[in-house]
Amino acid sequence: MPSVCLYFQAHQPLRVKKYRIFDVGNDHKYFNDFSNTNLNNKKVLSKVAEKSYLPANELLLKLLNKHPDFKISYSFSGVFLEQLENYLPKVIRSFRKLVDTGRVEILSETYYHSLAFFYSIHEFESQVALHEATIKRIFGVKPKVFRNTELAYNNDLAKWADNKGYVAILAEGWDKFLGWRSPNFLYKPKGTKKIKLLLKNYKLSDDIAFRFSDKSWSRWPLTVEKFARWVNRANGNGNVINLFMDYETFGEHQWKEHGIFEFLEELPGKILEHPDNNFVTPSEAAKKYKAMDTVDVPYIVTWSDTERDLSAWTGNAIQNSAIDLIYALEKDVHATGDERIIEDWRKLQISDHYYYMCTKWFADGDVHKYFNPYDSPYEAFISFMNVASDLKLRINKKLGVEN
Amino acid sequence: MSVTNPKILMLGWELPPFNSGGLGVACYGLAKALAKKGAKITFVLPKRVDLEFDFMDLEFANVNEPEEKMLSAYSTLHSWLVDAGIDENFPSDFVSGALQYAEKIKSIAMKVKPDIIHAHDWLTFPAAVAAKEATGKPTITHVHSTEYDRTGGHSPNKSVFNIEKDGLKNADKVISISKLQIDLLQRIYNLEKQKIELVYNGSSVFKKEQLPPALGHLKEMGYKIVLFLGRITLQKGPEYFVQAAKKVLEYDKNVAFVVTGSGDMIEQMIGEARDLGIIDKFVFTGFLREEERDRILQAADLYVMPSVSEPFGIVPFEAIANETPVLLSKQCGVAEILNHVLKVDFWDTNEMANKILAVIKYGCLHDDLVWESGKELPNINWDKSADKCMQLYRQLI
Repeated sequence: MPSVCLYFQAHQPLRVKKYRIFDVGNDHKYFNDFSNTNLNNKKVLSKVAEKSYLPANELLLKLLNKHPDFKISYSFSGVFLEQLENYLPKVIRSFRKLVDTGRVEILSETYYHSLAFFYSIHEFESQVALHEATIKRIFGVKPKVFRNTELAYNNDLAKWADNKGYVAILAEGWDKFLGWRSPNFLYKPKGTKKIKLLLKNYKLSDDIAFRFSDKSWSRWPLTVEKFARWVNRANGNGNVINLFMDYETFGEHQWKEHGIFEFLEELPGKILEHPDNNFVTPSEAAKKYKAMDTVDVPYIVTWSDTERDLSAWTGNAIQNSAIDLIYALEKDVHATGDERIIEDWRKLQISDHYYYMCTKWFADGDVHKYFNPYDSPYEAFISFMNVASDLKLRINKKLGVEN
Repeated sequence: MSVTNPKILMLGWELPPFNSGGLGVACYGLAKALAKKGAKITFVLPKRVDLEFDFMDLEFANVNEPEEKMLSAYSTLHSWLVDAGIDENFPSDFVSGALQYAEKIKSIAMKVKPDIIHAHDWLTFPAAVAAKEATGKPTITHVHSTEYDRTGGHSPNKSVFNIEKDGLKNADKVISISKLQIDLLQRIYNLEKQKIELVYNGSSVFKKEQLPPALGHLKEMGYKIVLFLGRITLQKGPEYFVQAAKKVLEYDKNVAFVVTGSGDMIEQMIGEARDLGIIDKFVFTGFLREEERDRILQAADLYVMPSVSEPFGIVPFEAIANETPVLLSKQCGVAEILNHVLKVDFWDTNEMANKILAVIKYGCLHDDLVWESGKELPNINWDKSADKCMQLYRQLI
């Protein structure tokens, strides 16, 4: 002990193209930008695949072959896999090679990387089922551990996952509900029977994900030796160190030129140098370790921003009116029975759409601007709302309702 | 000489309320903030006006021109000739005001004994050259607007252009008010980048009180109000406003377009609206000042600034202070520092119409823009601009 649990989130949204009010009623393709901008989903996917997914997969396969005790886990959004199948099947093949080692676990989530749990349980369950079917079809496995979009978590979600038979659920190891307790243990979510809670060690995770190339950080540069020392410090005072991060950390957020791949390459060997250390997947951690205490999270906690709440997605009026509008359509969408309408409606639930409308720029501005393919949150809102108007028009037409 | 209380001979052309536009407002805002930071300012105006300030001294160059021939700081040659009733065959008179100012400045400069000469825009540049000659003191030329902007690049007046070039060359440092303008100063005026210092303008207003509503009749009829406010000249892009209006009205008939201001393109603007068959949706209020201007801004659902070339542009500050959302062209310098406004290329009237309609259609967009821009505005103040100027003064003294 301690065990290290590595989990990577791999996701690419379907960004809404520049869609003007004059397009409403005329153009029903919302995600087919083929310009040279970052609204071109295929272009972004190809770029990130070259910089991140492919080299990282290749390296991790090498590491899995080299270290028989090395293990990792992923969560893939359905829209990510769908885009890869459409545009870059070779990336799917390389992920499959990793899963075929038997030491790569895939987690469960919503197909559309949505916040549906907080708006419509019925829709949420449909998306989880859709995701499960997709994972089964592509990788031939059934996920046993649940993690929600952006690690958005509360007691109710834990209860839901417990009822559904998941062995573990993931969340941010946030001090606000942990208090003096350490994220390096497993916990029992309040009101559940069997499920265990794995908490992200955000300090160590973010040392890699956010600070690796940050020269203004007092601990820069981050060497593997230094990092392994910090991990070893938990020895005797923790069971598992959960390093949760975006998969794009490798090569996209942190650049190859800054040595992120060298860091990753040396990491497993360095961690395993200490005889007490090992690697686990989330379901193995749940099996191996007992829950130390019960944690109560009555409010929503995410892994985002200094607030660790949903304010990056639903923090202002434009975000709320956009997301409310989409979920208000649910009944009518299903009433149409039109597969394409249902699919487009679901694609509009991708949480990134709302993230792009975030206006709290001052504390977290840099991150938000970096990830925003639109010139401003208002541009994102305008295109999105115009698209939603078009979708509404299609729904009403199908249902024979006057606009 | 004092580094903490530098003596500044500031050369200007106008100060509010005797101003034709943003230049006077900017000079006032900056001078006041500089005074607060310890600068001892003597502000020179070309003609005697009934003004007094407790934070700076005033001097008048007494330029001997009859009132009606006094050149507005923003006039182009053509409009000035028309306004002043001068035959185009006498272009040499055009710059005479600026040259007279220069002749008168020497005695003022000798009397004031400044540490720094700080001149605002081309009309004062000849005076800045003269003041520097007389005192040998470091000179800053502060560029708010160039001949190139005022004419939209269409046949800029050669004499004015040359005065600007000379003034910039003569200066020890040039203050520019936006990156957009720095680019132009390098491209058109061949000014080397090292000589230029970027100092954004600040806002002098942050929040206006609620005034009695204006344009009530339009609102009662269910119209949303989209406002153009500024001089109706080529530089301000009035024709793009009209073209966007046409597209908006094809989609939503309940929009009224209010035009506040005057200028040499007003007839053309009216003609275009008439030709497009939308003149019945236009209201022309003429030039408005102070409270009336604020009332119009408060009545508007959106303020649009479609400028073709705007080195800065301070009207958006007024709009925000009056809780009106702003749509401005990306060709405005102020777009570089305002985040919570909508932006569009001035020529892209489809997109302009798209954004106008979005603000009208989606109430929360209107409200969020008002709320966020209102939070942002206080951070754009003259204090910050004055800090940068003081730094520059210390560097030069």
